[in-house]
Amino acid sequence: MLTTIYALLFYGATIVLVAGISLRVWQYSKTPAPLKIPTTPAPVTLGGVVVRMAREVVLFESLFKANKWIWLFGWVFHAALLLVVMRHLRYFTEPVWSWVALMQPLGLYAGFAMVAGLLGLWARRIIVPRIRYISAPSDHLMLALIVAIGLSGLAMKYVARTDIVALKAFFLGLIYFDWQPIPADPLLLVHLTLVAVLMIIFPVSKLLHAPGLFFSPSRNQVDNARERRHVAPSWSALQTNTSAKR
Amino acid sequence: MVELKIRQPVKQQDHPDPAEIPPLAFGAMADSKPYPAKVEHQKAIGFPGELVDDWKERAIDKLGELVSQSRGLRVYLDTCVKCGACTDKCHYFLGTGDPNNMPVARQDLLRKVYRRYFTFAGKYFPWLVGAEDLTEEVLDEWYTYFHQCSQCRRCSVYCPYGIDTAEVSMAAREIMDSVGKGQKYCNEIIGKVHKFGNNLGLQEKAHRATLEDLEEDIEDETGVAVRLPLDEKGADILLVTPSADFFAEPHIDGLIGYAKVFHQAGASWTISSYASEAANFGLFIGSQENMRKMALRIHKAAKQLKVKRIIFGECGHAWRAAYNFMNTLAGPFDFLDQRYPIPQHICEYTYDLIQKGALNLDKSQNDHIRLTFHDSCNISRASRMGDKPGGQFEIPRAILRASCNHFYDMPEDTIREATFCCGGGGGLLTDELMDLRKKGAQPRMRALQQVADEHGVTHMAAICAICKTQFAKVMPEYGFEMDNIVSVHQMVSNAIILDGQIMDGDETEETDSSGNGADAGEM
Repeated sequence: MLTTIYALLFYGATIVLVAGISLRVWQYSKTPAPLKIPTTPAPVTLGGVVVRMAREVVLFESLFKANKWIWLFGWVFHAALLLVVMRHLRYFTEPVWSWVALMQPLGLYAGFAMVAGLLGLWARRIIVPRIRYISAPSDHLMLALIVAIGLSGLAMKYVARTDIVALKAFFLGLIYFDWQPIPADPLLLVHLTLVAVLMIIFPVSKLLHAPGLFFSPSRNQVDNARERRHVAPSWSALQTNTSAKR
Repeated sequence: MVELKIRQPVKQQDHPDPAEIPPLAFGAMADSKPYPAKVEHQKAIGFPGELVDDWKERAIDKLGELVSQSRGLRVYLDTCVKCGACTDKCHYFLGTGDPNNMPVARQDLLRKVYRRYFTFAGKYFPWLVGAEDLTEEVLDEWYTYFHQCSQCRRCSVYCPYGIDTAEVSMAAREIMDSVGKGQKYCNEIIGKVHKFGNNLGLQEKAHRATLEDLEEDIEDETGVAVRLPLDEKGADILLVTPSADFFAEPHIDGLIGYAKVFHQAGASWTISSYASEAANFGLFIGSQENMRKMALRIHKAAKQLKVKRIIFGECGHAWRAAYNFMNTLAGPFDFLDQRYPIPQHICEYTYDLIQKGALNLDKSQNDHIRLTFHDSCNISRASRMGDKPGGQFEIPRAILRASCNHFYDMPEDTIREATFCCGGGGGLLTDELMDLRKKGAQPRMRALQQVADEHGVTHMAAICAICKTQFAKVMPEYGFEMDNIVSVHQMVSNAIILDGQIMDGDETEETDSSGNGADAGEM
């Protein structure tokens, strides 16, 4: 029974996550960008834009310019999250890829760094009046959710260990449609439920910033309006310059 | 000597930080709003004359339409995580402390309505995500606070997703216009451009007389017959410049500068009476249709005058509209000489001539001036000059350095891409918003005070008609003189020695040309 519930939960959450994000990406890519609006100085070549985007995605360059504290907490959280997710690959692969096996200890430290980064961001949200003013309940809840995921995960490693062999069998079973029983460990069930919730709300929440960044015209446009006439699909009706023929 | 007559700075040992963060002052600017557009202003540019009965439904429909037509707007409304990076980046927030002037809070005024009607979370859990119904109070808030954004894009530089509040405020203004709640200053002016070709309503006869007067003045001053041609068919270059250049100080000294540069280069050029305006306020109200109509005037004038090139004068948002949008909205410009940038900025033109050694610039003519440079926001963060990114910072500075001996930059975090708006951009350059304009200028004025005290800076050059007008008005509020703001090409005009120019070592002559106030008797 428990196994069925969690199996269906994760199938559902995965479908919502993948379909939801795909839908968003499709919607963003289909919406025309009628005018050239890169924030300048901007790269004048496509290669330059790739580098600019990479600096934003990997280093959070603009945020670094803006505020060192937000950058520090935000970057530490995201980098740590990446490591934690990479570490979790071992529950979904058999045999475990060698680099995943190698980075396991790193992933553990990252667990703590992730929670620390989140708490730093949360503290600012509460202490700094400007940020408190702009925070909605969902902004706090989102932090609470991810902190809870992090803490429940760390607790399973350091407080009450769970049966990870059985857990791995459960997830591999999901992948190969050969369901195996899920360990009925309360801490694990809390952890998994919260992760599923995160996956489900991703496409309808501010977590959309992840795909959104790649579609931001102020960052992803090439500064070449004079060299190449920019014409968006929605503008096609006006492409023919009527006054020129008058 | 002249400099003794110019401002004596109040010596301040401790400089207030231009970017000092004020405590939150709730509702501090809640009463600041521009005059509403009259029925005839609205109708002349294609909007309902007054608030329509079904404004709420129409506003929501319009928002949906805009979001479906602008990837930027959609992404900007969706992706904000409320990280707070932008909260201390707006000059109006720094100057007023009103939390609604924090860029994210300003965006949220529109975002909360977007969420309510267009997102899953906002439809079913509005309290959770701060979604709100569109009410009369919200519409009022929009009118108040979307007219406290100069669309300078400073916040966009610092946003980790590049969210541009300018786009959001343009969308909000367009929605308001579409339901009949327009702003007088912008909408009246756009109507004048459609009718007369420029923001002033200046007509051909008066325009010609003004230019002829200027020709006389230049000849009186230099002994050289420098021309300012109007509607000359077959000229190589069409100059499109903000109409303020034809009448306001210090803009007009910039226009004289362009004329001298063209003269010295032996260029054949003309101004058009049909397209006698570089400014395009359609940008400020987010109306692509109006922007396009105005851009088409330039296309038409260039074609009729059979010019080969188009050069724009000193104006910030106009350069953005020309550089980034004109080709899209009114192009293609395939009838022009493709060997030159289309359009070209007057600074690019002058800079090329300086590089070639084609201008004789005597820097000592500006020795009574210790200069700094105000980067205009639309040039810095929304366009480019030259072929390299950042040319918009280097080219004007190179021109100024070639024209004067004493140049000092303001603190690094207040210039180039981090430049602070003058406080009057984005369609806010109107008298009823003077309190806002004065407060919004505070970061820039503090930065100026710092170089005034540290380097004895006496003057600030700007490259935008709005900046120049705004500073002439607000600088006296901060202990400077109104003529401490100068045009970039005014500095060129002072320094340039034309072939055959009568050089006068007489001190009084120099006083005249440097005083450059409205009452200097030169104009």
